[in-house]
Amino acid sequence: MNSELAHITGSVIISQNKVYKDGELIWEHDPKAEISVFMRAAYDQFSGQYPKFHKMDALSKLGWLAAEVLVKDSDIATCKPEEVGLLLSNRSSSLDTDVRYFETVKEFASPALFVYTLPNIVMGEISIRHGFKGENTFFVSDSFDADLMSNYASQLMATTSLKRCLVGWVEVMEQQYEVTMFLIGDKAHGLAQPLTAKALTSLYHNK
Amino acid sequence: MSEKVWIAGGGVISGIGLNLQSCLQSFRDNKPGMTAMQYLSSVHRATFPVAEVKADNATLADLARMPEDISRTALLSMIAAREAWESSGLGDISQYRVAFVSGNTVGGMDKTEDFFTEYLKNPSGGRLRQVVHHECGSITELVADMLGVRHHLATISTACSSGANALMYGSRLIKSNQVDVVIAGGTDALTRFTLNGFNTLMILDQQACRPFDETRTGLNLGEGAGYVVMVSDSLAAQIQPWCRLSGFGNANDAYHQTASSPDGTGNYLAMKAALDRSGLQPQQIGYINLHGTGTQNNDVAEGLAIDKLFAPSFPLVSSTKSFTGHTLGASGGIEAVFSALSVKEGIVYPNARFMHQMKEIPFAPETQFSTGHNFQHVMSNSFGFGGNCSSLIFSKA
Amino acid sequence: MNDLKAQIIEQLNLQEVTPENIGNDQPLFSKEGLGLDSIDALELIVLLQQHYNIRITNPDDGPKIFHSVRSMAEYISANQTIQA
Repeated sequence: MNSELAHITGSVIISQNKVYKDGELIWEHDPKAEISVFMRAAYDQFSGQYPKFHKMDALSKLGWLAAEVLVKDSDIATCKPEEVGLLLSNRSSSLDTDVRYFETVKEFASPALFVYTLPNIVMGEISIRHGFKGENTFFVSDSFDADLMSNYASQLMATTSLKRCLVGWVEVMEQQYEVTMFLIGDKAHGLAQPLTAKALTSLYHNK
Repeated sequence: MSEKVWIAGGGVISGIGLNLQSCLQSFRDNKPGMTAMQYLSSVHRATFPVAEVKADNATLADLARMPEDISRTALLSMIAAREAWESSGLGDISQYRVAFVSGNTVGGMDKTEDFFTEYLKNPSGGRLRQVVHHECGSITELVADMLGVRHHLATISTACSSGANALMYGSRLIKSNQVDVVIAGGTDALTRFTLNGFNTLMILDQQACRPFDETRTGLNLGEGAGYVVMVSDSLAAQIQPWCRLSGFGNANDAYHQTASSPDGTGNYLAMKAALDRSGLQPQQIGYINLHGTGTQNNDVAEGLAIDKLFAPSFPLVSSTKSFTGHTLGASGGIEAVFSALSVKEGIVYPNARFMHQMKEIPFAPETQFSTGHNFQHVMSNSFGFGGNCSSLIFSKA
Repeated sequence: MNDLKAQIIEQLNLQEVTPENIGNDQPLFSKEGLGLDSIDALELIVLLQQHYNIRITNPDDGPKIFHSVRSMAEYISANQTIQA
């Protein structure tokens, strides 16, 4: 696929209670802290002033946090809403929240939990936060599929009106989680690597 | 490189028929699929009508030629995907580069529900990650194996637009010459999980749903699967394709986790993007297969978006969910097949139980089955939770 | 009404709000008030069922009952059959 139109301009990895931006560790939290404590601390560190964060499920919180860090100091605000899209993937879909919701069904089923029993709600939360209205797709696959992500993102950038695309992997199951998100742009900013599967794979392991 | 993407065939299993022909017959006979629950066991049995596929798992397993203990989601998927393949006339699947792209939202939840109960009693004894075939992706793998698809497979999970998004992705696989054939659509079985969940959202109608009717009070859940077979130019030349997938659009409504924005911003953007991509003007669309769930919120948002885009002259419209119920991740696939057949054969499907004009919009859905229309272009809308809005356009071959 | 405020905060996971922040007559759903949404309204219906054994079956009743903490409290005292 022609990748001249697509560059990787930034990356964020959230893993083992550490946050990396463009390959560098920018913040870390007590490695023994539970995921919920870590996410709250990360929210205080990188955002605040968005009370709806606390209502989200873990998948949405993690994706939302990664987008928060990725988009900060980028030029994404210069794009029109329809020019920013999302392409995310994971292994467990929304299983982590499915179990939590199922626990509530016996007594008082929670509508606020049920709305998160779909993996693409994280893309909705990110879109609401930043006003992104471009194309969205969520794939479920066994592991981070760098070929799929680079091919499809390149094609989206080449054949649609998208000028920016958030691409990545947002996986959570109980206390285990792994988030990698890339900012893909039509111009060579920041990291400015051509979008290829090899580059995505290398950045994915760079933590 | 293929310039165009062609629809070579399609298959459907739903609450109104075990195959496409029997679904068509139900439309002709005006026989919607909602009834009291027969196959799912739920405390809501007497409360909410549903459009179940009218067969137990043993019967479906026979039809699918798969073991009975497999998730119903996989059985439905296999039956519709095989029908789609056989209708294409392409013959031996192993001679092509084929992809299978399937949308779904519940995965093997029907089987997993039983496991959850045990797991929650004793979490340390459970092996949650090993729940066989829960994850949406493994349903796709099972069916792809059975079909003999080896080149590429993908699972898309974007709520109720999953099936439509599978066609979008499939179309791009063909255009970028990664494969020559794509079987694309979606599947979802009815489960207690989704029934309870939609109940907590208070958007289930206790009677048969009334899409685009002023008195509508919610949706009925359904189940099923629907797939099209998409092919490249070179393969299309060897068969008689039904039509082309000439355009598609997807947008995020960026408004709320589950509710549509009041003016249907995402709906409008998706339909507009689909028209732009196919190079069409709104008045060239002959018929729209609506998302039309029957909830207050969806129908007014979709209606206003259509009004904004199409006024003053509106295409014929109807919601086939008034027959099949809302089949969630399958709906985009099922309605893609109905829409592709509509442009091929000039069919308009009826919108059951429409009586009262909605006050917000100036157009009304078709209430009768009719044929003989000369449609050049037909649109199919699928809008999902998470703000994920998709619109597909099928055009005459 | 302070108990009710604490229950609302817990049910809706309003981590950055304390009972003192919520006025008895403050609109719960408008932007000037707490800015709650339709899913919060459904959670409040669950709250009434869970804590007060009051069932609301018509979501259209929500806006009236859930206008403010005071309107909720009045509805509860008028409809409560079993002490929570």
